[in-house]
Amino acid sequence: MRLNELKPKESCRIIKIHGSGTTFRRLLDMGCLRGEKIIVSKVAPLGDPMDIIIRGYHLSLRKNEAKEIEIEKL
Amino acid sequence: MEKKEITVALAGNPNSGKTTIFNNITGSRQHVGNYPGVTVEKKSGDVIYKGYKINVVDLPGTYSLTAYSEDEIVARNYIINEKPDIVVDVIDASNLERNLYLAVQIMELGIPVILAFNMADIVKQCGLVINISQLSDLLGTPIVETTGFKNKGTKELLDEIIKLKENEGKSPYKIKYGEEVENEIDRISRIIIDKKIILKNLNPGWVSLKLLEEDMEIKNQLQKENEAVFPFLENEVNKSINHLKNILRDNPSTIIADARYGFIKGALTETHCETEIEKVTASEKIDRVLTNRIAGLPIFGLLMWLMFQFVFKVGAYPMEWIDTGFSRLADLVSNVIPAGLIKSLLVDGIIGGVGGVIIFTPNIILLFLCIAVLEDSGYMARVAFVMDQIMHRIGLHGKSFIPMLIGFGCTIPAYMGSRILDDKKDRLITMHVNTFMSCGARLPVYILFAGAFFSQRAGNVVFSIYVIGIIVAVLVAKLLRVTRFKGESSPFVMELPSYRIPTLKSVLLHTWERTWLYLKKAGTIILGISIIMWILFTFPAIGANYSTDYEAEIAGVEASFEAGSLSEEDYKAALTEIEAKMGMEELEYSAAGRIGRFIEPVFKPLGFDWKLAIASLSGIAAKEVIVSTMGTLYSIQEADEETETLREKIANDYSPLKGYNFMLFTLLYFPCMAGMAVFRREAGWKEMWLQVGFTLLLAWVVSLIVFQVGSLFV
Repeated sequence: MRLNELKPKESCRIIKIHGSGTTFRRLLDMGCLRGEKIIVSKVAPLGDPMDIIIRGYHLSLRKNEAKEIEIEKL
Repeated sequence: MEKKEITVALAGNPNSGKTTIFNNITGSRQHVGNYPGVTVEKKSGDVIYKGYKINVVDLPGTYSLTAYSEDEIVARNYIINEKPDIVVDVIDASNLERNLYLAVQIMELGIPVILAFNMADIVKQCGLVINISQLSDLLGTPIVETTGFKNKGTKELLDEIIKLKENEGKSPYKIKYGEEVENEIDRISRIIIDKKIILKNLNPGWVSLKLLEEDMEIKNQLQKENEAVFPFLENEVNKSINHLKNILRDNPSTIIADARYGFIKGALTETHCETEIEKVTASEKIDRVLTNRIAGLPIFGLLMWLMFQFVFKVGAYPMEWIDTGFSRLADLVSNVIPAGLIKSLLVDGIIGGVGGVIIFTPNIILLFLCIAVLEDSGYMARVAFVMDQIMHRIGLHGKSFIPMLIGFGCTIPAYMGSRILDDKKDRLITMHVNTFMSCGARLPVYILFAGAFFSQRAGNVVFSIYVIGIIVAVLVAKLLRVTRFKGESSPFVMELPSYRIPTLKSVLLHTWERTWLYLKKAGTIILGISIIMWILFTFPAIGANYSTDYEAEIAGVEASFEAGSLSEEDYKAALTEIEAKMGMEELEYSAAGRIGRFIEPVFKPLGFDWKLAIASLSGIAAKEVIVSTMGTLYSIQEADEETETLREKIANDYSPLKGYNFMLFTLLYFPCMAGMAVFRREAGWKEMWLQVGFTLLLAWVVSLIVFQVGSLFV
């Protein structure tokens, strides 16, 4: 399952970050790593991007980027 | 007594309160410049403290020191090449984990680090207890608690800087990446030393680490300086990467990032400050309204509308004062200096030209005041969040929306406002298409021409030009995205920082810096260009080369008036007409007039004669100048866009198609010289000339098609 499939208020744990290049690098730097817990906080008015809570802060990302994050739902 | 100097680099995440700490340390002793070769702003300042002169350089706010963005490369290269004595990393204490990630990367560079835990007292109020001294021991770096907006902890921070300097700073803790990774780091380090690879200021261990992380910046640097041995090294690095992938079933970059975060988490767990994940903060409550699925967009629209009104309506008052001030100055100079070339240069050339630029200062001040408040409060990130879906579709970024909107007022602050975009490609595309947002200076031209040809439907016609501008902007953005700035727009992975009340001091400082840059740079360039334009319109002087003997005509009219055969009214009208004819001939005789004639063939296929050609040319100085040039050309004194006779004359001379086409042409070519001066400062000469060339070509091609196709139907 991928992060972009989740709805607000749902939570999950990261299994793997896919992709490469800047998006991949950026996600790592922002602390999206295996085992981390994520809560989906909200989705923007037009449906994209989404806002998640990870490591105690808010991170917003496009669904396109969220697709690179493989998760298991909690 | 000779002063000892300490150089301190200030690092930190965006939104960590770094700028406030910088302002607290240096006060007003700051200078703003650019880092060499890039458009990243460099702020530095100093303070005299306990016999030391402490120089502080404010590095760009970054989350990491990988070569992800220009800002990160700048921050990293500064630390590596300039070797500051100490790096102070400002940490947002309410978000330790991610903030410490940058700290760990600075520690990897082997430079003494002090951590400034900012807003620590707020964290305490929230019930989070951090055992600072224990954490400091675990990380191997001193920690100082600060509260930027209350100016607390500044003295303690300076004390710590001096203490660390005098003890010749102990090296920070070296983090472990796991045995397998460490082995590969050692192996590559040995190859680097054995093969005598030139590293300049870098240390082999760090370079090996970066190579395993596949850091392009480091790779390129090594390749440039070690052409012969680099392929061998690269091969060995790839072997290591594959080896690690095989045994650890993951990318080395992931493993290394994991090790850093793991180290941080371990230290935080031991000092009992685990981050709580499920608390509802005040900030989230605000977000429930401001980014609400239904109310979010309307609220955003309302805020933008208010900002637009504020910048241009409130700005209109001081603009009027400046306008009056400059015309008084012009009057004063006219009275003091006798008529002649020097007076004309001062009044028409310099005061007119420079005044035309300074008049935008109130807009710039108010605009940057708004931007500073939006940014410091944390709402700017929400703008990008709310608008990204729309902007992304046209190849732009959520944040591009703000400068585009500003462009309807004035393109100059819009170009400057593009700075809020972090990614260079996004920034350049936004600047290039901002030209097509009809600015306030183009409106007088539209009003004049629409009024002349489409009296009843003038409003709709002007509106259609605005809409065409937006469509062109969208298409050009798309075009640029698939040609010059290939690839996806930068990934949207952005922190939504907590809302904060902006401090007056930082908002004012921000605004002042931008305004000063505008006045200084655009001002000096514009002064030069104004003089050039004046020369073009004045020389060569016509002297006695008039086609008819106007002197005799004037004498004749005067004689008739004195003889009583002309009423005073008719006499004045006749004089005005003669003077206007003289003005027209003077203009035709000048270099500008000759240029108009010379370039006429280029404009012919668009249906423009030499008058429209020279009007377009004068519009380069500023678009509203087109109106006054048309006035001069049609020999009407005190021309403005409401002048009925000017409209009539234009309507007599040209067809509605030509009129509309001229409006289109005015919309599409680059806004003005002041705008280009700012464009160059923000994006460099090359981009500026591309903007000039591209918009001229586009304007020409579009007008050509419209006129040629239109002529078939009309």
